[in-house]
Amino acid sequence: MQHFLIGNLTTDALPHQWFTLGGTCFILLMSVVVVLFLTYTKRWKWLWTEWLTSTDPKRIGIMYIIMASLMLFRGALDAVMIWLQQALSSGASYGYLDPSHFQQIFTAHGDIMIFFVTMGFLFGLLNFIVPLQIGTRDLAFPFLNSLGFWLYVAGAVFINLFFVIGGDFAATGWLALPPLSELAFNPGTGVDYWIWSLQISGLGTMLGGINFLVTIIKMRAPGMTLFRMPMFTWTALLSSSLVVAIFPILAATIALLWLDRFFGMHFFTAGFGGNMMMYVNLIWTWGHPEVYVLIIPGFGIYSEVVSTFSQKKLFGYYSMVAAAFGITGIAFVVWLHHFFTMGAGADVNAFFGIMTMIIGIPTAVQIFNWLLTMFRGRIIFKTPMFWFLGFISTFTFGGIAGLLLASPAADFQLHNTLFLVAHFHTMVIGGALFGIFAGITYWFPKVTGFRLNERLGKYAFWCWLVGFFTAFTPLYLLGLMGATRRLDHYDAGTGWQPLFITALIGICIIGIGALLQVLQIFVSFKQRKENRDLTGDPWNGRTLEWATSSPPPHYNFAVIPTVESRDAFWNMKQKGLTKPKNYQDITMSKNTGLGIYLSGFIFLLGFAFVWHILWLGILGFAGAIICVIIRAYDDDTEYVITASELRQLEEKETLH
Amino acid sequence: MADNNIQPVEHEHNDRVIFGFWVYLMTDLTMFAVLFAVYAVLRNNTFGGPTAGELLKLPQALAETLILLTSSFTCGLAVLAANAGSKKQAYLWFGITFLLGATFLGLELREFSHLLADGQSFRNSGFLSAFFTLVGTHGLHITVGLFWIAVSMVMMHVRGLTASIKSKLVRLGLFWHFLDIVWIFIFTIVYLMGAAR
Repeated sequence: MQHFLIGNLTTDALPHQWFTLGGTCFILLMSVVVVLFLTYTKRWKWLWTEWLTSTDPKRIGIMYIIMASLMLFRGALDAVMIWLQQALSSGASYGYLDPSHFQQIFTAHGDIMIFFVTMGFLFGLLNFIVPLQIGTRDLAFPFLNSLGFWLYVAGAVFINLFFVIGGDFAATGWLALPPLSELAFNPGTGVDYWIWSLQISGLGTMLGGINFLVTIIKMRAPGMTLFRMPMFTWTALLSSSLVVAIFPILAATIALLWLDRFFGMHFFTAGFGGNMMMYVNLIWTWGHPEVYVLIIPGFGIYSEVVSTFSQKKLFGYYSMVAAAFGITGIAFVVWLHHFFTMGAGADVNAFFGIMTMIIGIPTAVQIFNWLLTMFRGRIIFKTPMFWFLGFISTFTFGGIAGLLLASPAADFQLHNTLFLVAHFHTMVIGGALFGIFAGITYWFPKVTGFRLNERLGKYAFWCWLVGFFTAFTPLYLLGLMGATRRLDHYDAGTGWQPLFITALIGICIIGIGALLQVLQIFVSFKQRKENRDLTGDPWNGRTLEWATSSPPPHYNFAVIPTVESRDAFWNMKQKGLTKPKNYQDITMSKNTGLGIYLSGFIFLLGFAFVWHILWLGILGFAGAIICVIIRAYDDDTEYVITASELRQLEEKETLH
Repeated sequence: MADNNIQPVEHEHNDRVIFGFWVYLMTDLTMFAVLFAVYAVLRNNTFGGPTAGELLKLPQALAETLILLTSSFTCGLAVLAANAGSKKQAYLWFGITFLLGATFLGLELREFSHLLADGQSFRNSGFLSAFFTLVGTHGLHITVGLFWIAVSMVMMHVRGLTASIKSKLVRLGLFWHFLDIVWIFIFTIVYLMGAAR
């Protein structure tokens, strides 16, 4: 009976270690604060009707960015804990973490930073900016967008749930490679939490990918041919196509791992004819294109930033698009470079090594295009431009380290060392994350109606850049000296401790940068009256998102603009802007709470699988199906803003 | 004026939904591609147990294939009937499609239960895990399809052949044909190639 009611749950699953107790207390405390705040300010209804149930991509985008920021805090805390342990744990000292806990931390750090921070930020920016850039009012499937966001949230809750119930996260590394992740070696629920966190948030990502693909292909403003699309939209399109192509692979692969664990199958087990190398191949067929999913939109952001602040059109637009296509295509044929040492043979290794070097070429084309965009431009050095220039230096540095790793012969020496860790952090922080920061600073006035404080932004940038090199240069050196990754202890005779301490100092400097960013938002909010953007076009922009007010009305454009060239808004300004006169009725999608309910039921289903609770699984499954049917046959999902209402709204806007 | 406005919007919306559904089908296909690849890697890893050729019965698989192909044909007729606005015909052909699909599913479950009764469980070897998962995932999709047909028929009864229902039936048709194509590959790679060795 007890097993029927609560499955494998026992009191052992309640928090009893210092970190689970701490995590649980923190989660409870934050929840209490939020609940009190909402109740005190009477904002529950407002939150529910205006935000949580919203299908407006701008609101969903903002919620994505808030969620990703929270997860960045969690992931960064993990990073500090890892480095503190490594700085302390030399010789006679064993640091403050036991090995199993250390393993859980680096696993969670990797997963959180990839799936919930970088992906969250990117989907946030895509949601806000892409519809504006292509001159449309919404995404193709507003409900799926809301659902995708809530699945992402459910996944994020899942990856933190072990603090409260379970006590252990996967201690396997971020990709949970078998046979370590199999039941025989990881009998706890940690890997199951990992599986369902990724499975649920991955489903959300896939829905998002389909949505953006269809939106960009089908819903561009009249006159916006493919080759008139802004570069950020191009990269959003390519990144979404990658998502659509690879996330099914991730879903299938971890589903097979789950079948091994749940039904005792033998896909990746060490015995019974399983093949664990197949998992490594499959997960990296997803995993390598995934890093391009993360970086390609960054390239788009840099293209927008550099051309706006150089006050020139983007240099080599066609070669830029071709390069982005090249990267997208070659991304599929480089995955094996993650495991040259597996023993696929010299010929296979050589092919993938050469492909990996070749993918550097389109990337270099883009870098030269950006530099040539700046050449003879009238450059304005605002904060986004700082992030861009910081990116150029870090990314080129990390890219060259990557070319070194691409050679199988060198890789045999460097495989699994901190050199590799340093390389991919250079790409993900110096490439993707700097791009996200550039994008957030650049589009912040569009989203909120006021600019961010420049001085604090630049201080934050310098802390990040200096901190970044202080933290990761030692890792390159350590890797060359043979320090493997994921070490929770090393011998004092290696002489590595000073370098590990330097790295710890580096992350402290980065931490100051992050604090400055928080302060920057706070200060800018206080000074919002001085920094208000009344024109909707604070940077003298070139693309359509600047053609509407800041923040944009929920329908984005009262009249859909007609595009006559690339850099559409720039050319409109050259010709002289005219106020539209003829308004027409427009249809907008209604808000709905179904996305929340549906993802809630899917969450319950995942929870039931983790703890083997049959009735809860049936409940979650049935609930999810009922939600889908309700939505599918709901024909009343849209409402109309009539032309006269629209005129009133627009006139009120002008009076402001 | 209002009518003139609504027509193109409706059409555009349909266009978008169908395209989005195609993209979804491609993601599902990619997932099947992974399962096929896994089966190809594991099909000889029988761990001392019988091989595909020894276990699987071609005549039954052939019968399943013919049944599913016929159901694809009747499903096509059903969608045509729905588009032509003939509710009776649509009921008839979707009904036949449902029966054929259910027969297919029954045969597949019969095969599974025979295998399990013979002690050939998915726990025995990498090969059997891959076999049950690949064929079972297709069967799961067929189950979803059957459920979808049933719900569609109920909604068609309640609401009639509205534009929104027609558009959903077109997608249902696409889904069903998609499953047919996947089955052709399962028949070839699992059954025919299994018997050939």
